[in-house]
Amino acid sequence: MCCGAMTQSVVVQVGQCGNQVGCRFWDLALREHAHINKKGLYDEALSSFFRNVDSRKSDGGACGVGGRIQHLKARAVLVDMEEGVVNEILQGPLREVFDSTQLLTDVSGSGNNWAVGHMTYGSAYREQIVDTLRKAAEHCDCLQCFFLIHSMGGGTGSGLGTRVLSLLEEEFPEVCRIVTSIYPSAEDDVITSPYNSILAMRELTEHADCVLPVENQSLVDIVNKIKHMSHGGKPGCVIKRDSTIISGQGGLSGAEKPFDAMNNIVANLLLNITSSARFEGPLNMDLNEIAMNLVPFPRLHYLVPSLTPLYTLADVHVPTRRLDQMFSDAFSKDHQLIRADPKHSLYLACALMVRGNVQVSDLRRNIERLKPSLPFVSWNQEGWKTGLCSVPPVGHSHSLLALANNTCVKPTFMELRERFTKLYRKKAHLHHYLNVEGMEQSFFSEAVSSLSSLIEEYHHLDATKGRLMPDAPRLSIAR
Amino acid sequence: MSIVTVQLGQCGNQVGHELFDIICSDAQEGGRERKVYNTASCERFFHRTAHGDLIARAVLVDMEPKVINQSITRAAKSGRWRYGEESHFSQKQGSGNNWANGYCVHGPRHRDVVEELVRREVERCDRLAGLMAMMSVAGGTGSGVGTYVTQCVRDIYPKSFILNHLTWPYGTGEVIVQNYNSVLTLAHLYQLSDAILVHENDTVHKICGQLLNIKHISFGDVNGVIAHQLGSVLQPALTADSHGAYSRNPLGELVSALACHPEYKLLSVCTIPQMSSASMAYSAFSWPGLLKHLRQMLVSNTKMEEGIDWQVRPPAGSERTGSLTGPGFNTSLANLLILRGKDVYSAETAGFEDPGLYSSWLPSGEAFNSWKSPVPFNKYAKSATLVSNSRALLRPLDNMVGKAWNMFASRAYIHQYIKFGISEEDFLDSFASLEQVVSSYSQLC
Repeated sequence: MCCGAMTQSVVVQVGQCGNQVGCRFWDLALREHAHINKKGLYDEALSSFFRNVDSRKSDGGACGVGGRIQHLKARAVLVDMEEGVVNEILQGPLREVFDSTQLLTDVSGSGNNWAVGHMTYGSAYREQIVDTLRKAAEHCDCLQCFFLIHSMGGGTGSGLGTRVLSLLEEEFPEVCRIVTSIYPSAEDDVITSPYNSILAMRELTEHADCVLPVENQSLVDIVNKIKHMSHGGKPGCVIKRDSTIISGQGGLSGAEKPFDAMNNIVANLLLNITSSARFEGPLNMDLNEIAMNLVPFPRLHYLVPSLTPLYTLADVHVPTRRLDQMFSDAFSKDHQLIRADPKHSLYLACALMVRGNVQVSDLRRNIERLKPSLPFVSWNQEGWKTGLCSVPPVGHSHSLLALANNTCVKPTFMELRERFTKLYRKKAHLHHYLNVEGMEQSFFSEAVSSLSSLIEEYHHLDATKGRLMPDAPRLSIAR
Repeated sequence: MSIVTVQLGQCGNQVGHELFDIICSDAQEGGRERKVYNTASCERFFHRTAHGDLIARAVLVDMEPKVINQSITRAAKSGRWRYGEESHFSQKQGSGNNWANGYCVHGPRHRDVVEELVRREVERCDRLAGLMAMMSVAGGTGSGVGTYVTQCVRDIYPKSFILNHLTWPYGTGEVIVQNYNSVLTLAHLYQLSDAILVHENDTVHKICGQLLNIKHISFGDVNGVIAHQLGSVLQPALTADSHGAYSRNPLGELVSALACHPEYKLLSVCTIPQMSSASMAYSAFSWPGLLKHLRQMLVSNTKMEEGIDWQVRPPAGSERTGSLTGPGFNTSLANLLILRGKDVYSAETAGFEDPGLYSSWLPSGEAFNSWKSPVPFNKYAKSATLVSNSRALLRPLDNMVGKAWNMFASRAYIHQYIKFGISEEDFLDSFASLEQVVSSYSQLC
């Protein structure tokens, strides 16, 4: 009766950005596992994200845990309505990791139009998508989570990606859906990105269990900061090779391409959030515990990620100081993956996922130290969820990922709504959407209305900040 | 008479393993004068295979496999005892820190298998003294599945004694929804259990830090202290009713000594001395010294042997108040003193019979009981354990209910529980039950 396996997850990458980030994730994951797994055995940790296939076997070749690694196949589904990115993947060093049954492509793209992605392709490919997802699920002993990666500003990731999200809910209602969404910056090239983002937001609010929002601009800022440190920082401060969260860490693909630095950050986010699922540690945090502890109300499931350290300095500092600095940094606005300042907004809940040689006592000490400066909602004053994974990321001795359910997302959403309104007021480009079969104007009004009520909910919570909330009067019982 | 233990969830399985390990060690200490005691202890907690191996009378249940695997492996490695090969059940997914997932989904789903494992273990006993379920209240499996399993056991063995050993989490939180899980667990167990024995992580943590001088306290250290204290309660002892032999009805006697009223089932434990093994070699204790400290710890509600407030005294009858915050004095409903070790018959326990310590409802003759064993336990030449039904747990309980209620007032996280099958009504019922318990203990005077 005792089953030894860990649970599995499937990554669904949709659109150009989704696939680029996804590939960085698989690249870094393979490197991480290669670093740990010296014996070449297909172990529990690997099986959470990879299948082991022996193509010589006639029955499809699936190999159970415990044997030697034959061919690792990613538990992934790749969807794109253009061929460029996926083709590149299939010609690159990751080609062995995906097989053709995991891919779904078309040629013409979505023209940066959410409606084309969601309605046109969503309908045309519905069955194929469901089939591909089913196959990936069937390869799993115990599927716990779907990770969806996509961008919000374009057509495919945004439109088709959110269609896939609702299919996941329909077909696999009991499997957790964690979505990593890349939000466009204000200066985004794509003029209609506000439309696409707002239309997608509604889907995320209604169908995702958790969303990890990432803003392009934050990634740019972090990349610049690291480059500045590498090239001109204080004398004597040399960054250890391959230890930044933007470096490819010498993964399979070798030389890095333009957006690789930014994509590596997001890939590291996924590596860290899944570390407890992939490796063992003294205080495991299961993926289903993330949603349970961090989502107090179903729609308020936007969790702001922050990653530290951004890099490791080559010289060895006093460990404890550096460790404590890591905890402090997790709450600084420079380390958040959206442009937000959680310290000056209100925390509903916070998770700290630590990797490496860190003890429970370090964790508790730092929480005690930082708590007084972090405003938590009155009914969740001790709203901390913690996890410890023994295996650090490659090139670091320890790392920390913080996920904050915090009202600091409100300004981000409000800004997005403003950009939307600017366009919508003038009805700019609207006809491109309304011309798509199945699309109606009500989609727009309902989407912005959904966002507005989300903003309202955050607003109400914000209003309680700093006020001394009296304890709720206790139930009095007849005596 | 034997006790069957059900270990539930990560905490239950880790503490359970420590408990069996300590008991086995104790029961295998050499010495002719220990023979009867050792035999009684082994019979109580283990059965022997044809080869003479000791197999724990235990069922291990968890919704994920890692901890059970670790406990089984470590037991086998000890070379002195092990768990039964077929005595465990686990799944892959875990309960996600969600009581409702444990109670409404996992529990019923695996009911038959778990009941069968318990039955098998019970049938191996010549005579059943009762069952003990070990779990934490903060997570999803120990709390939710643990409650469901307790219910099943109660249904199958309506006349047996059931003791629940609960570990309460650190106040500053391990799991955000721990207070909900705790409230739901306690409310349900109050109807099912004969007695609820509680250890608080905060208290045990302090013992590790201040008395045992451990610098980087791990859960292993905490579990070791809990196991020591629990072992000192459950190991064989001579009671007033056992007529010179080791009691054959330990759980029954524990329950009748302490938990005679359905509104008062919460028991706390205090064991002294507690010290690092390094210090033990240089320490000598007298019974009068130990008992004086223990009595003052009871009176001032200090849970460990440091920082005792010697100013607190039992109030005169006219000053007795039934309030939550009282003047620092801890009123007891009933106490059970268990003394183990050298010269135990010379120990003078009259201090604990003082009517001033007790509420006026029970005659002090009934409120106080003591058990003795001339055999030292777990390397301590002398040790004294006090199991109390008193106001000691009132404040932690009240805090737990208060925090959970505040969260419930905002309905935060409720959708996560409703998703798995309990309703707001169920929450309200649980809150009402616990307010009743809080009220009962507050009024103890």
